[in-house]
Amino acid sequence: MNEPDDSGRLMVRMRAVRKRFGAVEVLKGISLDVPAGEVVCVVGPSGSGKSTLLRCVNRLETPDSGRIWVDGELMGYAERGGRLHALRPAELSRQRRGIGMVFQRFHLFPHRTALENVMEGPVTVLGTPAARARREAAELLERVGLADRAGHYPAQLSGGQQQRVAIARSLAMRPKLMLFDEPTSALDPELVQEVLAVMRDLAASGMTMMVVTHEMGFAREVGDQLVFVDDGVIVERGHPREVLAAPRHERLRAFLGQVL
Amino acid sequence: MTPDRAAAEPGDAVEPPVDPELPVDAVRPPRPGRWLAAAAAIAFLAWLAYTIIVNENLHWDVIVGYLGDGRILGGLWVTIQLTVLSMVIGLVLGVLAAVMQLSDSPVLRATSALYTWFFRGTPLLVQLIFWFNIGLVFPSFGIGVPFDGPKLIEWQANEVITPFTAALLGLAINEGAYMAEIVRAGIRSVDPGQREAAESLGMSHRQVLRRVVLPQAMRVIIPPTGNQFISMLKTTSMVSVIAGAELLTVAQRIYLGNFEVIAMLIVASIWYMVLTTVASVGQHFIEKRFERGHARLSTRVRRNLRPFAKEPA
Repeated sequence: MNEPDDSGRLMVRMRAVRKRFGAVEVLKGISLDVPAGEVVCVVGPSGSGKSTLLRCVNRLETPDSGRIWVDGELMGYAERGGRLHALRPAELSRQRRGIGMVFQRFHLFPHRTALENVMEGPVTVLGTPAARARREAAELLERVGLADRAGHYPAQLSGGQQQRVAIARSLAMRPKLMLFDEPTSALDPELVQEVLAVMRDLAASGMTMMVVTHEMGFAREVGDQLVFVDDGVIVERGHPREVLAAPRHERLRAFLGQVL
Repeated sequence: MTPDRAAAEPGDAVEPPVDPELPVDAVRPPRPGRWLAAAAAIAFLAWLAYTIIVNENLHWDVIVGYLGDGRILGGLWVTIQLTVLSMVIGLVLGVLAAVMQLSDSPVLRATSALYTWFFRGTPLLVQLIFWFNIGLVFPSFGIGVPFDGPKLIEWQANEVITPFTAALLGLAINEGAYMAEIVRAGIRSVDPGQREAAESLGMSHRQVLRRVVLPQAMRVIIPPTGNQFISMLKTTSMVSVIAGAELLTVAQRIYLGNFEVIAMLIVASIWYMVLTTVASVGQHFIEKRFERGHARLSTRVRRNLRPFAKEPA
């Protein structure tokens, strides 16, 4: 899923991204680089704009200004004759294919079994033959430890199992980048670890990941970069172990005091 | 399970002690009011049945004789055709209007709103008579250049607008306005996260609608649609004002000849009840089909759950 030598290549490049919802400016100029193969953990108090930041990357939200490149490709626009032209929906869909997204509340398709959920993207979007998609979906369920739950509907699975199916569903599209929007926040405490274990494996396999999370242990252990967002700006960034051991800003110290 | 299990050797898995069963076999409290009410209801129904059966003005022999009459069966067939066709066309119009209503374009939204506003705002009876007399306003219509330009094909309203086509136009277009609201409510009932998850996989708008949103909206759309269908079976009787040759029209034609007014109305009513009963049973099975993934009703889910059923100890 990733080239052996990714050194130096930027998977995500964000420059001066701003986003406003009505009177509230949620993102006030975010610039961020994610090198290929790295895991970036985005932390911050609720309402700080960290989810919006993530949702701008695959354009579930459209930034008001700024630029985002994913794997060198400008998201949402084509540049012709010195002007930006908004992409047609079909081209936007093509850009989104390469970016997996995992949601806080899973959002599995309730009318389809675990296996069918994982098959859905390849069959519908990529036109993969059903037999091959089924085989690959079964392998992915195996990889997230749910081979024996293939025929179950989401309502019959625990939260942790549903989230692991959701991760498999994203991986089925063979993404080059995975976005995780608080993937463990809706889970009962005893189910958090099984999801983090899958994410840890994924990071170890070299997947580029942006993870919005409150799990500081995961950030410290797996993250290559920690980004602390507060009030729409990146307040502090650096290697997770260093940032968490010696936070420079008062706001981060106060935040860590609350979550740790 | 026995207490001496607790004395098992250290390191063994110790089963928690289980209390013996305490069955509840309680005596029900007396309910004299319930018995009295039941007796009164039965007495009333018996009296009702008696007065109907012994009433000589009802002419049961005539009713039974006309149930299988060729003209009645012909009217029945027209009723079924009108119902099915106008529901199918109404459903298509409804989905179209609902999708327009939910689109980003203010022009499409307004067009859809105008449609539902007009056809829900005027009585169906008026619409039926209007369609039947459309020739008074548009003596001919065709395909060609709009705004009075030359026509490729042209029809005369008098030839095209029969009671059946007028009835179909009136019922289907009116039904579409109601179905639009039902479909819209169904689409809106689907969690927005479903759309986001599907878009994140790279699905196009149409794929999101067809593969993710509509199948889930169906759960909400089907029960009221079933009600609309059953209601439509009976609404077709309004077509009798333009002599639509459906069940009620035929019954009326017969009683104008033989003066068996009540008997013919009962014949028609019996057939309407047969139709609505069959439709209700069909509705039940279709609803079950669309409960997939929603644990309570789905047989497939129950089958899947069987491995979790408690084994007898």
